[in-house]
Formats: sequence, C-alpha cells, structure tokens
Amino acid sequence: MSTGLSDWSFFMEHRAEILGATLEHLELVLVSMLIALLIAVPLGMFIVQRPALRAVSIGIANVFQTIPSLALFGFLIPIPFIGGIGKRTAIVALVLYALLPILRNTYVGLSEIDPAVLEAAEAMGMTPAQIMLRVRFPLAFSIILAGIRTATVLTIGIATIGAAIGAGGLGTFIFRGVALVSDSLILAGAIPAALLALLADFFLGLLERRLRVV
Amino acid sequence: MNAKIENFTGNSIEFRDVSFHINDIPGREVISGVSLSVPIGATVVLLGRSGSGKTTLLRLINSMLLPSRGQVLVQGLATAEWDPIRLRRRIGYVIQEAGLFPHFTVAENVALVPSLEKWPRERTEARVVELLRLVGLEPSEFAERRPRELSGGQRQRVGVARALAADPPILLMDEPFGALDPVTRAELQREFRALARRLRKTIVFVTHDLREALMLASRIVLLEAGRIVAASTPQDFLHVDHPEVRAFAASLETGPGVPA
Repeated sequence: MSTGLSDWSFFMEHRAEILGATLEHLELVLVSMLIALLIAVPLGMFIVQRPALRAVSIGIANVFQTIPSLALFGFLIPIPFIGGIGKRTAIVALVLYALLPILRNTYVGLSEIDPAVLEAAEAMGMTPAQIMLRVRFPLAFSIILAGIRTATVLTIGIATIGAAIGAGGLGTFIFRGVALVSDSLILAGAIPAALLALLADFFLGLLERRLRVV
Repeated sequence: MNAKIENFTGNSIEFRDVSFHINDIPGREVISGVSLSVPIGATVVLLGRSGSGKTTLLRLINSMLLPSRGQVLVQGLATAEWDPIRLRRRIGYVIQEAGLFPHFTVAENVALVPSLEKWPRERTEARVVELLRLVGLEPSEFAERRPRELSGGQRQRVGVARALAADPPILLMDEPFGALDPVTRAELQREFRALARRLRKTIVFVTHDLREALMLASRIVLLEAGRIVAASTPQDFLHVDHPEVRAFAASLETGPGVPA
C-alpha cells in the first residue's frame, strides 16, 4: 500500500498524461451523450401517445441496461461497421447505456402533464405539434434534464471500461494499475473520473433546478 | 363560404338527433338522440348529475368529439366539416381547474389564442390589458405573475379572460366555478352574469348546481343518462313535471352551499 504522499507525487509527475486521458474521457462521454440525446429525446416525444411502441422501445433500452458493461463492449467488437477495437465501439456501447435514462425520463416528463392543461391546449385550437413543443416539452424539461444527468454520470463511469477495448480515456490508468498492482495508477484514473462525475452531477443539477417551471 | 359563416344569423349551435358512444360500441351510448338549438346570444345551461353526458355534449360542440350519429352544427356548418383547429379558435373554453399553462405568465396565458393567430404584438398587448380589466384583475399587478401565484378565483378569472381573448362568438364553460369556495363562487357567478349580458356571446355552460343554473341560464336543459329530459326557462324550470327535475329541486333545500 503506497502512502498518500507518493500518490500525490505520482500525480504531479504524470499530470500531462492524466490531463490528456481526462480530455479523451470527456470526448467519449460528450460524443456518446450527444448521440444518445439525438436518439432518445425525439423517440420519447414520438412514443408518448403510442403505447405499443412505448413498451417495445423502453423494453429494448432496458435490455441494454441489464447487460454487464464489460460484456457489452465484448459483444460489440465482432459486429461489422460499429464494432472493432477503439473509440467507435466504445461510443456505441455508451450510447446504448445512456438511452434508457434519457428515454424513460423524456417519456415520463412528457406524459405526466396535468390533463386540464392538455385539455385546455387542445380546446384552444393548438395543433398537436404546438402542444408538444409549447406545452409538453417545456413542462417536461426539468425531468428530461434529470434523465440526462443520470445518463451523464453513468456514462462517465462506464467509459472507464472503454479502455479494455482500446478506446483510451481514464480507464487506461485503471486497467494498467490493476495489471501492475499499482494503487497510484488506479487512483490516477479513478480520481479524475470521480471528479468528472461529481462536477457533471453538480452543474446539471443546478441547471435542472434553475429551469424547473412549476 | 366564410362570408356565409361570418354573417350567419340562424342558431349558433344546433344538435340534430345526436348520439355518441365510446369507441363506436353501440349499446353503450353516452349521448342518445339529443336535439337542441342554441340561438345566438343565449346562455344555455346543461344541468345534470355526474355522468349524465353534459361534458360530452360540450366536447361535441368544439369537435374534441365527433358524433357517432346525427350532426352538430356550429354556425350552420357540421363539426365534421369544420377544420377542428379553426373551429376551436372561434370557441372560448373554460374548465374547472382553469387549465392555465403553469410555465406561462398570466399575460402569456391570456394571449394564447391571439399568439396562435399571429396577431401583431401591440394589438395582443392591448387586448390582454383590456381583458384583465374586464375580469377584474389589475394588469400592472397580475400580468407578469405565474398561475401558481394566484388564488383559485383569480386563476378562474384568467381562464375566462383567456377564453375571451380572440373575441370568439361562442363560449363553452365546463363547471368553471365548481372548485371554488362558496363565497368566491358566488362572487364570480354574479360578475359572470353581468359580463355575459354585456358581451352577448352564445354560451353553453355545464353545471350540476341548480342554483347556478337558475342564476345564469336563459334556458336550462336537464340531462339524465345521455338524454334531454327537460328544457325550460329558469322561471318555469321548477314547475316541470319530471322526477329528475324534482330530484334537483330537492337539492336546493338540502344541497351544498348556503341554505336559502
């Protein structure tokens, strides 16, 4: 067991490397989150009034969530186009994990609008598109954001496993540390990853409270 | 055709032998064979117990529902023929919980239909001020508030202002004062009666409160199990010989609210 002091000096010696890995990690997370958002939010809007599709799509998203992350990365490697070794495969896996929290919260937020508000909107002559964009979506926004927050924190954690299939990021230190039985190396990956998660949680939580309308 | 609608002089709303059943399952009729004419400027109160079909009749007028049989004519044109969006923007709608948009200010709520109709900004703003005054809310004090910062009575006033915003010829009201405390309710009923007389709108008003019906109606239509069982002026209503009329008359003595 190494002492805190030697961990600190290890950090200082390797700070450029750690910073680089942190940025790489952030890139994995941001790209995955962006893709997941572009899929899950419109999908959530689409399934609100379609019960059959809702059950199917949330069911599928649920299944991805239950696959152990290391196994999912492994499963993806042999798949043509999306698989292989490297960032692309990791991003596909991360997107699959991020889908469920965003999709579920988008659906829940959009469907739990006061029925009196929806009735008034319809009776005032709003079109279905106007009801979605001007009533449902703004009222659901903080709940959707809560799903995005959950997905982001989750993705930051799972992205460390991407290193196992050559995606880089902070997981590189962790896997190397496990192999070399070096706490310093493990911490060099784990601490920045934890900090990223905490920061993302904090700032998205702040935004969520700021944008809550009711 | 538009000019014909604008200059329309017949009945504002007309039900012609209208039946309605959910999911088109015959035998489970919510409305059975209703015929009813609402002249321009009349205030027709639909009275009945819960589940008697009052709200369904209302929703048949603005094409939130379409009749399974028969026709509902609004300004001479069947609701099935109307573009539902255009029809609804010409019909004000007030419901029990007001249904104000919680993320809009009072002014934005009132300006909803004008904004959908893309009125110029100055015209909309002037209209909002005019309407807030009309329903007794000082614009400088209330315009920028959110619905959650209002009392139940104030929310309902905003609901009425919103329904009147684009000056629709028809106003539908579904137990608008039902959720208010008795004192506020009586206050709003009195003000609304005065307002209705001044505005000369065609009003269809749903309630289960006979007292309210007697106070506001130019004609009371009593519904029981989806059928009209009595229709009369408020003056003659209590003398109509029908068991459901007597049941409602009995509620005057024992019903909620302040005893007479």
